[in-house]
Amino acid sequence: MDIAPEKPLIRLVTCGSVDDGKSTLTGRLLYELGAVFDDHLAQMQKEGQVDFAALSDGLSAEAEQGITIDVAHRYCETPAAKFIITDAPGHEEYTRNMVTAAADADIALILIDITRGISPQTLRHIHICHLLGLRRIVFVINKMDLVEYSRIEFNDISVEIDRLIDRLGLPDGCVIPISAVFGENLTQHSARMPWYDGHPLLQALLAPLPQKRVFDGFLMPVQYVARAPNDRRHYMGQAISGRIRARDPVVILPSGQVSRVAQLAGPDGPIENGQSGQALSVQLSDDVDCARGHVIASADTRPQMADQFEADIIWMQRSGLIPGRAYAMKIGAQWVNVRLAAPKYLVNVQTGDQLAAKSLGMNEIGRVVITIDRIIPFVPFDLSHYLGGFLLVDKVSNETAGAGMIRFALRRAQNIHWQGTDVTAADRARQLGQAPKVIWLTGLSGSGKSTIANALDRALLAQGRHSYLLDGDNIRHGLNKDLGFTQADRIENIRRVGEVARLMADAGLIVIAAFISPFAAERSMVRDMLPKGDFCEVHIDAPLQLCEARDVKGLYAKARRGEIKNFTGIDSPYEPPQNPDVYINTDQTPVDQAVALILEYLAH
Amino acid sequence: MHLDHLEAEAIFILREAIGEGRAPVMLFSAGKDSAVLLHLARKAFAPLIPPFALLHVDTTWKFRQMYAFRDQMAQAAGMPLIVHHNPDALAQGINPFDHGALHTDLWKTEGLRQALGAGGFDMIIGGARRDEEKSRAKERVFSHRNAQHRWDPKSQRPELWSLYNTRLSAGDSFRVFPLSNWTELDIWTYIAREHIDVPDLYFAQMRPTVLRDGQIFMVDDDRFLLRDGEQVQPRQIRFRTLGCYPLTAAMRSDAKTVTDVIAEMRQTRLSERAGRLIDADPAASMEMKKQEGYF
Repeated sequence: MDIAPEKPLIRLVTCGSVDDGKSTLTGRLLYELGAVFDDHLAQMQKEGQVDFAALSDGLSAEAEQGITIDVAHRYCETPAAKFIITDAPGHEEYTRNMVTAAADADIALILIDITRGISPQTLRHIHICHLLGLRRIVFVINKMDLVEYSRIEFNDISVEIDRLIDRLGLPDGCVIPISAVFGENLTQHSARMPWYDGHPLLQALLAPLPQKRVFDGFLMPVQYVARAPNDRRHYMGQAISGRIRARDPVVILPSGQVSRVAQLAGPDGPIENGQSGQALSVQLSDDVDCARGHVIASADTRPQMADQFEADIIWMQRSGLIPGRAYAMKIGAQWVNVRLAAPKYLVNVQTGDQLAAKSLGMNEIGRVVITIDRIIPFVPFDLSHYLGGFLLVDKVSNETAGAGMIRFALRRAQNIHWQGTDVTAADRARQLGQAPKVIWLTGLSGSGKSTIANALDRALLAQGRHSYLLDGDNIRHGLNKDLGFTQADRIENIRRVGEVARLMADAGLIVIAAFISPFAAERSMVRDMLPKGDFCEVHIDAPLQLCEARDVKGLYAKARRGEIKNFTGIDSPYEPPQNPDVYINTDQTPVDQAVALILEYLAH
Repeated sequence: MHLDHLEAEAIFILREAIGEGRAPVMLFSAGKDSAVLLHLARKAFAPLIPPFALLHVDTTWKFRQMYAFRDQMAQAAGMPLIVHHNPDALAQGINPFDHGALHTDLWKTEGLRQALGAGGFDMIIGGARRDEEKSRAKERVFSHRNAQHRWDPKSQRPELWSLYNTRLSAGDSFRVFPLSNWTELDIWTYIAREHIDVPDLYFAQMRPTVLRDGQIFMVDDDRFLLRDGEQVQPRQIRFRTLGCYPLTAAMRSDAKTVTDVIAEMRQTRLSERAGRLIDADPAASMEMKKQEGYF
């Protein structure tokens, strides 16, 4: 007996505006396919009628509000295929959940309520599905029962959809009139709509899909490196494209080292051939530099390498995109640091028009240039979601801030070479007889940063150390005199100072940097620029009232009078460090004691 | 085709959890889903032993056979087994006959929180599936928990393209579900394909039972408190899911092999968890239990 007939797996997402009947369609389709158990059906009875939406609205808040908040995943099968149906929320507020539902789908069902036509939210969903590269978009015209299954009304909306398909350049889709509540045209041709000559929904779902485009060569991002005693290391990951055989030549990226496959194993042990989609474990014939996040590729067909890209981004965080700020980015199996430029344009999801914009707000979509802190192997999103799609994560809250799709590289690695130098940072540090450090003093204006920084600089000199003081005000007279005090400029100010501090530390110096540096994300950006352990964050703390009372430079008074905008503590926030390496409260700690605390930290 | 796909997906998720985590652990309850998960973990890291421990948060009220099966499986895998009993529940003699919902609350939810806190785990891998229950249908593969182990279903992290945001703030953790997209039928067809051992309780046999509130319960040991008029009778039964034996109803069945079970499942009109009494309490839905830290 064939206990597990093998079938293709098709992933569907139901999209559309609130109340167009997505959850009802999902529930009804599951019911028609026999995927609803009797005890669940009994729980769905409401006043003698079956409430199909209750099947996928599984959260109590959803039942209370009668809306879908998050994605439900439901499973069913026919003799021909297995389906995963994800039911996407319709509210704009929950767009990030809709994107979650649609991201991995093959087919989008765009529901349209015939009595209400194409709504703005429906257009948003169509646009997102297109952007995500779904292979088929099926328009499902629901609630035909409310217009007495009228052919004329259906034809009117079909014409409108055809125009939309043309305008947005969507893949060919079909338009199907249904009634989700009554199950018309779902699994069988509806007797109520004899005039409709297309397929019922289920048949339309089973029609062959256009082939997925994939990268030609073998690619396997390394997820895990297992070290067995007295054995070669096992590089484990999933092949995302191509084929590989034992003894094939491969290249490790980004290092570019070349080796050969010594042993190949699949889920059931050693194999001769591996291919896309398989969980593999690879042993190489040479000792190479290969860690989690690196990519093993066929030596003859390599992916591109770059550190700057144009990408489409869907913003998901309540606070909008901040140009210049460092975000963590996950692409493939690795985390990198990335900075985003102001968007090239923002997409009006109603019209498809490209608009000028300075930022992206929550649920907005735009084209952005991104710059990564290192060169990475990648393939465009069209060829791989895993190595061409990425997440952007807020480095302080760890929330997912956005998701993006790499369209193409702007600056390819073949054009820029890192100039190798013979003398290393360690050589220089040894010559100076000290461990380089960046001592970063952060705090409100007037908290005492400059005073302490100066005293520390003198104390280090007295000890025979080589130090250099970078002071916020001084830097703004020279290197950063082109920058103002907007959020974007403040971020750029800190980025440049970070780069200078990095060069000086590389030269072996102990760098003292005294900057308000109000945002945790930028301080963390500087920490990430430096070798681990070289960044020492010192929080110079004093109550705002005290700083304002000191007002050495008269700035608080000006800010209070409205003569200076974006002044930290007055009309711009200060984010205090959560775990500073050294904490100094200048209200209680005299300068010499503050210096002693920092020196003590440096000594261990 | 689809079983290979599900297998590859589960292995990918397991490797991701271990590659990203600092202190991973796998929950192991000795049921069929646990058995499949352990089998996948062994495949994912072969030829090495999976680099984490198994954790069983025990209630002392599981079927006797499950304890033997659990120890045997952990030993065969060569993985450390941590068994946790909530000392408060033990001291107070909390049991399913006298304490109702408190039994699950103290032994399982509170016990789990204690064990996770003690181990400082950040990636807690479990065998829950989305097709089991409607709030699970809503859950992410990498499901975020705050430092109090609470799930906030209204602000889950977006999850796209197998790119998991695994970054954690201090004290937070993930519940990781490699079997998210598996159905009950997938589990059994995979058990058949891979010849995975599961407890005999899943297969029909004559067993000592009582009839209570229209459902059949197995009298697994002499702690079972009989009500007036109840008689222990042999019946041919099996279990679709395994939990605490006084809270897990059996079904009449002739399915004695994996093949029989699959054939029977294709016919059934009742859901997998219909026999789990703890789900039926409206004041303690799965969603609420999950919000409080239940798996």
